[in-house]
Amino acid sequence: MELVLSLAIGVLVSSGVWLLLRPRTYQVIIGLALLGYAVNLFIFSMGRHLIINAPPVLEGGDPIDPMTFTDPLPQALVLTAIVIGFATTALFLVVLLAARGLSGTDHVDGREPER
Amino acid sequence: MTEPNLLLLLILLPFMGSVLAAMLPGNARNAEAWLSGAVTIVAFAIAIRLFPSVADGGVVRRQVDWLPELGLNFTLRMDGFAWLFTILIMGIGFLVVLYARYYMSPKDPVPRFFSFLLAFMGAMQGMVISGNLIVLAIFWELTSIFSFLLIGYWHHNAAARDGARMALTITGIGGLCLLVGLIIIGHIVGSYELDDVLASGNLIREHDLYVPALLLVLMGALTKSAQFPFHFWLPNAMAAPTPVSAYLHSATMVKAGVFLLVRLWPVMSGTDEWFFIVGIAGMTTLVLGAFFAIFQQDLKGLLAYSTISHLGLITTLLSFGSPLSAVAAIFHMMNHATFKASLFMAAGIIDHEAGTRDMRKLSGLFIFLPITATLAMVASAAMAGVPLLNGFLSKEMFFAETLEQHSGVWLDRISPYVATLAGAFAVAYSLRFIHTVFFGPKPVGLPREPHEPPHWMRRPIELLVLICLIVGVVPGMTVGPYLHAAVVSVLGDRTPEYSLSIWHGINLPLIMSVVALVAGVALYFLLRGYLATCEDGTPFLRNLKGQRIFERILVTISWRMARWMEANFGTRRLQPQLRLVVFLAFIAGLWPLFRAGFTPKVPTLAGVDPVFAAIWVVGGVCAIGAAHQAKYHRLAALVLMGGAGIATCLTFVWLSAPDLAITQLMVEIVTTVLILLGLRWLPKRIEEVDNSISATSRMRRHRDFALAVLCGAGMSVIAYAMMTNPLPYTISDFFLLRAYTEGGGTNVVNVILVDFRGFDTFGEIVVLGIVALTVFALLRRFRPASDSVGVPEQQRRQNEYDDAAEDREVGTTVHDYLMVPSVIMQWMFPVTILIAAYLFLRGHDLPGGGFAAGIAMAIGFLLQYLAGGTRWVEDRLRILPVRWIGFGLLMAAFTGMGAWLFGYPFLTSYFQYLDIPFIGKAPVASALLFDLGVFALVVGATVLILIALAHQSVRSHRVRAVEAAKVEEQA
Repeated sequence: MELVLSLAIGVLVSSGVWLLLRPRTYQVIIGLALLGYAVNLFIFSMGRHLIINAPPVLEGGDPIDPMTFTDPLPQALVLTAIVIGFATTALFLVVLLAARGLSGTDHVDGREPER
Repeated sequence: MTEPNLLLLLILLPFMGSVLAAMLPGNARNAEAWLSGAVTIVAFAIAIRLFPSVADGGVVRRQVDWLPELGLNFTLRMDGFAWLFTILIMGIGFLVVLYARYYMSPKDPVPRFFSFLLAFMGAMQGMVISGNLIVLAIFWELTSIFSFLLIGYWHHNAAARDGARMALTITGIGGLCLLVGLIIIGHIVGSYELDDVLASGNLIREHDLYVPALLLVLMGALTKSAQFPFHFWLPNAMAAPTPVSAYLHSATMVKAGVFLLVRLWPVMSGTDEWFFIVGIAGMTTLVLGAFFAIFQQDLKGLLAYSTISHLGLITTLLSFGSPLSAVAAIFHMMNHATFKASLFMAAGIIDHEAGTRDMRKLSGLFIFLPITATLAMVASAAMAGVPLLNGFLSKEMFFAETLEQHSGVWLDRISPYVATLAGAFAVAYSLRFIHTVFFGPKPVGLPREPHEPPHWMRRPIELLVLICLIVGVVPGMTVGPYLHAAVVSVLGDRTPEYSLSIWHGINLPLIMSVVALVAGVALYFLLRGYLATCEDGTPFLRNLKGQRIFERILVTISWRMARWMEANFGTRRLQPQLRLVVFLAFIAGLWPLFRAGFTPKVPTLAGVDPVFAAIWVVGGVCAIGAAHQAKYHRLAALVLMGGAGIATCLTFVWLSAPDLAITQLMVEIVTTVLILLGLRWLPKRIEEVDNSISATSRMRRHRDFALAVLCGAGMSVIAYAMMTNPLPYTISDFFLLRAYTEGGGTNVVNVILVDFRGFDTFGEIVVLGIVALTVFALLRRFRPASDSVGVPEQQRRQNEYDDAAEDREVGTTVHDYLMVPSVIMQWMFPVTILIAAYLFLRGHDLPGGGFAAGIAMAIGFLLQYLAGGTRWVEDRLRILPVRWIGFGLLMAAFTGMGAWLFGYPFLTSYFQYLDIPFIGKAPVASALLFDLGVFALVVGATVLILIALAHQSVRSHRVRAVEAAKVEEQA
């Protein structure tokens, strides 16, 4: 499980970084989204341990053993990160469109490279 | 009020006055003067009231804790020396305010002037009574800033702007050096408190860091006091209004440098380094300043160089390191302030009355301004060191000190000759000032007919000149006790016996004075003919101006070198920048692992669940596919990206994080729709087999590919290492154990978000709101690229089909398009709202919550847009997303503030069980209200972003229609 998840993070990061370095704005936005998945998974996996089939919520006020639960802290962090990630994607998309409208190109530099 | 609080008031008064002065109307010269005058008078009275406490080496302290953990306290500390400066600041401040009332013309924006003047007063006052080195440095910089603002007061004048900028650059650099120097001293002593520093003289002088600290502190002091080679900013600062020159650039601010030297004199002086650096700077300034002053044609220029020279005199005195010379230095500071301020004011009157300050044009003004002329003569005599005036006393003390042998080195031996020479120069320029301006033939071609100024404008000068006289005649009875208080506070046990009487018999200093007087007079009459017509500036050195050198350096650094750096290291292209960022991030991630000798674990296949692995085989292929397709097949890339997102979502489900899974799924939907909406505005790009890719771009691709693989591999290794080393204890236990007992919820993630870390969540929703508004604002001015304005391909074909078919009208196909799904979507609207409400209400105890519910609700609205089109929805539904955002923010904020009513900090939550009829016992927490705020904001922000984007299509229809109408009109 750990192996699969870490490889998944690696693949997502590789794809994201590759796209981040590409010249077209749309590639960059997809790249950032993929990087976002990777980072969220990474933070999520930084919790105490990964458990399958652990109860996600407490049961009333019964005393509990924290080790049998999933780690809630990284979850709280990632939850807001997902929403903020959406917001930044939206902002970037709009900047991208505005830049395309103003400059007439979708190159990240705002102009086509000289050939 | 207690004495320590009076100290605080002493600083607060001018600053409060400054704020008030700034708010008065533009033509309220009298009100401004009354206000400023009242502030200075009250502050002056406070100072008088404090004198008994500081008279015999006493100290008044007031400490306000600021950052006590770092040894930083806002300490105020007034001793005799600071008291004397306070009197100077407030006393001369009052006179300057009075003078400025008449000096400023009705056309000048006076609120700005008086506001800056009062603020400067507060800063200067803070500087002299700060009892903490860091506080001192802060006030020090503030004086530089207000000096900058005051020099540049007439900012329509280029000379004022340049002078202001130069003064700020020089004193600002000095101030930064000073700060570093003071931090070093604080490091040596172990405390920034002035009391502690003053008690550790030997420690400082014997420390290895003494020389760097000394150099840095001197850098600050010498720039501020315009000492050679930093003197040139002061003459350029003369572009300021004359009251500013009189106040800042002769009486107070330029004294800050020597003030600091006196302040640190007990702990830093007495070493060879001190003597040589301070002595050489002081003596050079003393002689050069006086020499340059002779050749100035501008009255204020002459006075500025004279000020430089006198400050050099004080610096020289301080370099000697003997107690008696410190006494003379303190005494001369006071004397110089009185006669120089009055001379500046006199120069201002002459400028005002005659319309020029050029000494080649001025002459014979005595008959026009007899009283002002007399006053100026007395003050100049004091400047020249003529007996029976205060300048004479301190100058005699100076001469006597130069004669004393302090260390016997060459610098010490030449000092009497240097002093006499400078004395002769001083006599020459003082004489020139008086003789040229007031005597000789009647002036011709003056811009104005001069006459005596309003007598209140002259009062300040009269008072100052009176002080010069009285102090000069009966020093012991007038300044004696005050000077004594200052001297004792600086020297303590080392206070020497000194005599303030004017007659010490015929001795060597007196002979030096006589020599200087005779030589000065002779020098003036020798140079008179040349001076009457010569160009402004010192002969031979006219072209060697500090100003020009300074500007050349500035241009070299800020223009040429900056351009060179930009040309060689800068790029406006994003890709190289990002490549560098990614590369550095990779190195930064690798470095600590390398340092700590990290060895990666050998992974094992044991425990790999085939289903989970299969999910990520698909997810990984999707990610790579998205990366591959993003350039030419955007829609495919979007779908593939969604595939990776679903794999992420499933991972969250798999690993017992249902909250994340729900939110991820919802966000996945809106992100996809968002990008779909954007796709329409991107340019067509058709894949073609391109063989013309250059070698460099192929190289670049290989490099990027390698970098991407390296980063991915690195992340994998780190993630694997972290995951296989579980943490024994984390702060999560705290949340797990208390979520129910203290937060009243069983869904720990939600309790963390809305309760434990509610403030963070508040910050996040604010960010979300800001982003949504930014998107909205950006899109209001959106102009699509010309090739995207046309109707999309699919619509165009449908319209063509409608056009060709006889039984159809144009638009029918679009209208009927996706009929069945849209009916279902419309019918599902209430269901979506119900799901959102369900997710929201269960959030505190079960997976769900404000974020997920908000996005679900937004999706509900979104579906209506998809089903019916923008117009159809907006004819039936008013959504007003900006109000949702506002409501959400206010809701969250008010819930947080509600805790204040019960005396708890912001966002303290409260919960209780409530019996609701028919439903039963239910937990009611204030956190639920907070979550409602989150919910509303998320709905508003998401809908605002999506709708703003969707509206572009409607708008572009309109744009097209307008364009078409224009074309028709032209045709």
